[in-house]
Parts: sequence; structure tokens; C-alpha cells
Amino acid sequence: MRRMITAIVNNSSGVLNRISGVLTRRQFNIDSISVGPTEKKGISRITIVVQIDSLYEIEQVTKQLNKQIDVIKVSDISDEPHLERELALVKLNAPAGIRAEILSVIEPFRGNIVDVGSKTVVVQVTGSSSKIDAFVDIVRPYGIKQMARTGTTGFTRSSK
Amino acid sequence: MSEVCTTGEAKNGSSLLIEALQKQKVEMIFGYPGGAVLPLYDTLYEGAIPHILVRHEQGAVHAAEGYAKVTGKPGVVIVTSGPGATNALTGIADAMSDSLPLVVFTGQVTTPGIGKDAFQEADVMGLTMPITKNNYQIRDINELPRVINEAFHIANTGRKGPVVIDLPKDMTIIETSCPKSDKVRLPSYQPTVMPNNLQINKLMKVLEKSKKPVILAGAGIIHAKASPELIEFAEKYEIPVLTTLLGLGTIPYDHELFLGMGGMHGSFAANMALTECDLLINIGSRFDDRLASAPGEFAPNAKVAHIDIDPAEIGKIIETQIPIVADAKETLKKMLGVEIVHPNSHDWKKVNLSRKHLHPFSYDRKNQTEIKPQRVIEIIGQITKGEAIVVTDVGQHQMWTAQFYPFKYQNQFVTSGGLGTMGFGIPAAIGAKLAMPDKEVVLFVGDGGFQMTNQELAILNEYHLDIKFVLLNNQSLGMVRQWQESFFGGRHSQSVFKTQPDFIKLAEAYHIKGVKITRSETLEAELIAAFKEKGSVLIEVAVSTTEHVLPMVPAGKPNYQMIGVE
Ligand SMILES: Cc1ncc(C[n+]2csc(CCOP(=O)(O)OP(=O)(O)O)c2C)c(N)n1
Ligand SMILES: [Mg+2]
Repeated sequence: MRRMITAIVNNSSGVLNRISGVLTRRQFNIDSISVGPTEKKGISRITIVVQIDSLYEIEQVTKQLNKQIDVIKVSDISDEPHLERELALVKLNAPAGIRAEILSVIEPFRGNIVDVGSKTVVVQVTGSSSKIDAFVDIVRPYGIKQMARTGTTGFTRSSK
Repeated sequence: MSEVCTTGEAKNGSSLLIEALQKQKVEMIFGYPGGAVLPLYDTLYEGAIPHILVRHEQGAVHAAEGYAKVTGKPGVVIVTSGPGATNALTGIADAMSDSLPLVVFTGQVTTPGIGKDAFQEADVMGLTMPITKNNYQIRDINELPRVINEAFHIANTGRKGPVVIDLPKDMTIIETSCPKSDKVRLPSYQPTVMPNNLQINKLMKVLEKSKKPVILAGAGIIHAKASPELIEFAEKYEIPVLTTLLGLGTIPYDHELFLGMGGMHGSFAANMALTECDLLINIGSRFDDRLASAPGEFAPNAKVAHIDIDPAEIGKIIETQIPIVADAKETLKKMLGVEIVHPNSHDWKKVNLSRKHLHPFSYDRKNQTEIKPQRVIEIIGQITKGEAIVVTDVGQHQMWTAQFYPFKYQNQFVTSGGLGTMGFGIPAAIGAKLAMPDKEVVLFVGDGGFQMTNQELAILNEYHLDIKFVLLNNQSLGMVRQWQESFFGGRHSQSVFKTQPDFIKLAEAYHIKGVKITRSETLEAELIAAFKEKGSVLIEVAVSTTEHVLPMVPAGKPNYQMIGVE
């Protein structure tokens, strides 16, 4: 099962090392980790997407992460209403003849062309990682030359 | 952010460090110098804090652990960069495993050299990350006083543990007249000390209805100094108590309600109580696999209450119905404050006490042809009246000490539980004696482990320490030999020593007295005489080379499946 964990941490030098250490030691399968600053100076948000077999594992790892001194709060937000976004850059084979077709394919995904070469275009898409997976499946037949994904980030929705 | 400058007077990092240690009331430092810490040692030369020069950095850390264990205060270590730091790793891992508070300063190459494979550079942050409660590298001299205070705070609060401060050489030389505030500000670290009242009430309600309650007492009680409250609570409701290895001493050996240590080499009574209880009150034990080897079959009929200062321990191994995250002492006080009807557990108490009397730890007392190691420990228990601080190394002798020494008080037993580190004993005994010079200190050590850290015997004369080193020489790595005899068809692969050093001469080389005891008939008299000697004595006892530690719950088996119950 796929779970999304967010960790609010002090932006200290060793914190990412400690977090990945805890996850590695517990033999977690990590889909993605993303890190970035938050609205507060010196505080970062780490979003971790993992595959696990049981909720027991998530509880254990959440506790182990919370125990780290520089970790302020860890939450498994999978079951709460939340926003999650990932960004992907996909460089596609795009000979002149099929560029229009590509445009029409990426349009429903709200993909943007952000770079154009003589034989390729680079498409940027954002969304949940499943949306990006779907996008990648659709464009694969055109030939993916290169791809970069940021990993998922997100937080819980505002309460009404 | 600009900080208000308070001192004005320029000081270098080394002076700031020593001042911070003095503020923390550090009584002694265990350490070993080298290039990266030369400036720091130059400051130490002024003698502001006594420094114990060990002979190997592993010894420094184990000595600091011994100090920490008997005092409850953080042990302080200084080692140099690279090999100094890597030599300290075993001790740091040991302290992490047994939740002992340490503050370890590791020298580091100068800041510009870090990450460039400089001479004697090791990635101490990376190496110690998984074996420390927290680690720091000093990047700004002005933060040094705060980091040191934080390190002591973290090491000695919540679930205690080792903290490493990696100290680039330049940081000990640079001067500052304006260090930042040394106030500890750790919003992300707020251990829960006070228990939740609802949970306490729930536990007491369950206890009221319980017919077969038992208390499992772990090291958490010792860290919280909660032994008096434990005893009071057990007595109030007449609840039998068993301990873990590290919980020994929390209740006196001769207390009516004490069932002995539980687990792999635990007593019949303790393991049966675990098996049959309907309420297990675990206070400060982490259900280590030497206690709960088969978690699925552990305390199968019991509701489990788990009191632990570390929330991550609750539910980690054993499913828990009543979790209480708090300090053991505060929790026991609250539990004592709730009045309930005395549980109807009289029969249960009787069953347990009779098991204890019918099946005590035993050995072949009639055999006089060889010296039984258990008897050595029993006699020394009598000589020292159960009052000594007892230190062990790791192996069979450690288990026999746990079984046969009459422990009386908390912080009395110094042993490597979680990591099981051979070589722990000699330096830990030295650290314990330095911490408690007025206490009698006895070490039980095997012929294997003795040779892992015996270089520390050199310290004894320098500080005129009086420690009785009892070397139980079974000419083998006894615990390994036992497993090979029990589970590998008696194939003694690398477990029996073909030759041994002359331990007595070795003692004499370190200018300490050596006594060798080989005859069963005179054992008691010779031990009494040796313990009368002033100053350290190495007492080598030639013990049985075939003895096994029993009873034994084989690894992976439920607690009631003990072999070797008499
Ligand atoms: C550093 C280390 N290496 C190896 C072991 C594995 N080990 C556990 S007990 C033991 C034998 C110890 O022999 P000795 O010190 O003579 O004590 P005895 O068991 O004979 O009492 C060994 C090798 C260990 N615990 N620690
Ligand atoms: Mg031996």
C-alpha cells in the first residue's frame, strides 16, 4: 500500500541523513523523497512516499522518525484530505510532423512545452504522481529521451 | 540576527569548551590525545578538569559508560580524529543500545580539510549517525557553548543516550569575544515525563480485576531512579516482580516478591510468570529478544501495559493494550496515588513463590573435583554481602553473575546488555570505581574478554584504584562453546584456546597483584584472602571448562520452553 508521510524538520545538516538512515534500516521501499523550505525560516518539509505491507510498519517508522532530535513533527497524511503534487520534465522525440499531435495529447494533462529543440520538445506536467504515471504511459510511444521527476510534495487541505 | 555580546574577553574554542564542561559540573574526562585535539589538550594541561588517560579509545568510552551507569550522570569522552574516533565507535554503539548518557567529543581535521580525505579524517557524522541519540559538527565557534549544553541535555533526558560533538581543529583554536547565548532551545525535543491520568486509571482498573498480575522491571527504572517506588507498588498489591538483565538490582534479590531475571537464561519462576500472567506491567523494558525471543507467543494470556519514556518502544515488539509514555518514577508515583481494591491474586502469588523455591538457579554443588564458576560468584556475593558494584564482561560468566550474585540496589550492576560487547568489563569497572571511589567494585570477566581490553589495567596504579578482577578462566569462549555443544554437534570451531597468556604475570607486568586459584577445596579461603588485600588484585580462577549456563530458552522459543530446569 502506498503511504505519504510528511516530516517537518529543522534544516540542519545531518537531518536528511538521519531520516534516510531510519528508513533504510527498517527496509522501507521508498517511492520518492522530496525536501524543500517551508514558510518558516530554518524549517524544511520532507515528503516521503513509501510502499508498505501494513499500517503497523508506518506507525513504527513514524515513531522512529519523530524520535530524531531535529524532527519536529511526522504525520502520515494518506488518509486525510490532502494536496499532493509532483512535477515532471519529459523530453520527447518530436519530429516536426507530429508536434501538433503531441500538443493535443498533452493538453488534457495541462502539460506545457517548456523547451523546443530541432528533434525534441520538453514537456512539463504537474499533478499527483498517478496522473504523471498516466501521462508518461500516454507519451511513451513517441519516444521518451529523458525524464526527471521531483517526487511528491504536499500537505493536508485547509479545514472547511 | 545580531546577538548581544556579553563577554567581551576573547577566548579560544578550547577554553570555551572547558568552561562549558565546568558549567555542566563535569568531574572527569576519559580520553586520549592526538593531532586534531592538541589545542584542546593544551588547555586541559591547566588541570581545570581531571583527565583519565586510557590506553585505547574503546576503553575511554566503556569507562565513561561505567561512570554513567553508577552515577546516572553523563560520561564525558575526548578522542582525536580518524582512528581515535573509529576506535570509540564500539563504546558509543554500546551506550546507544543500553541508553547510557555520554557526551563524546571527537577531534576533526580543520574545516577546510573536511571531505577532502585529509590526514586522519573520518566521516564521524556519517559513522556515528545511527549509533547516537544526536550528533553535531561545530561549524561556528560561537555556537559551541550552546551545542555543548544541548548535548548534555539530550544525553541525559528522555531516553538517555550518547551524543557526539565533532570538533574541527580550527574551532578549538579560533578566538571569539562574542559567543552566542548558551541557552538550550530545542522545541523539537520535548520528552514526555508525566503520564496520562486516563491511562493510569485504566491500568489500575485492569489491575483491580486481575488475578495473575506480574511486573517486568527493566533498566528504565534505574534510569529514573524509581526502585523505591517499584518496591512500594509491588508490595502494596503483592505483585510478583521479574527483571530483565539490566533491571537487576531494582528489587533486592531476597525480596519475597522477586522471581528472578526472565528470558533466555532467566529463572523458571520468572519465565513461567511471563507465560501465565493475565496482566503484564512492563516498566522500562524494551522487550528485547533475549527476554521475548518468540514475540508471537510471549505472555499469551496477558493484557500488556507498557510504561516507557520512549514512545517508539511501545508496540515495537509486543502488542500493548495500555501504553503509558512517561518517566517510570512519575508513573509509579501516580499509580501509588490511585486507590483500588486489592486484586484477588493470592493464589497466583503462592504459585509463583513456590516455583521460586522449588526451582532456584542451580548447579552441581556436590562436585568438588572442579571449581564451579557459579560457586565462585556465590562466595564473592557473601564476601561482599551483596553490596559491591558488580561489573561484568560478556559471556557465560556474565549470565552466572546475573543468576548468582545477590543484587540489592539500583545502579549496582554494570554490564553490556543490548550490544553484548566483549571487552566492556575492565574499562567499565575502572570508570565505575573512579566514579564511586568509596564503593567496593568487583569485575567478573572471562579469559576471552579479558584479552580484549586488558591494556586498561595500566590505569590502576596511576590512580591507586582498588578493584577486584575475578577472571573466570574456562580456557574457552565459553558462551560460544556452549552454543556449539548445544546446537552444532559439539564442533568447537575456534572457541577453545590452545594456549593462553600467563595472566598472573600479565597482572604483575601492570604492577598489580595476581592470585591464581585452582583447587576447589581451598576456593573459599583463597577468595576471602584475596578480597582482604588492599589495592587491585587479579584473581584468576581455573573453573570448569565444560559448564553450561542453564536454564536456557533456546533462541526463537517461547519462554516456558526452558531446557535444563532442575
Ligand atoms: C566484541 C565481541 N566479539 C564477539 C562476541 C561473541 N561472543 C559472545 S560471548 C563470547 C565468549 C566470551 O568468552 P569469555 O570472555 O572467555 O567468557 P565466557 O563465556 O567463557 O565466560 C563471544 C566470543 C561478543 N559478544 N563481543
Ligand atoms: Mg572463557
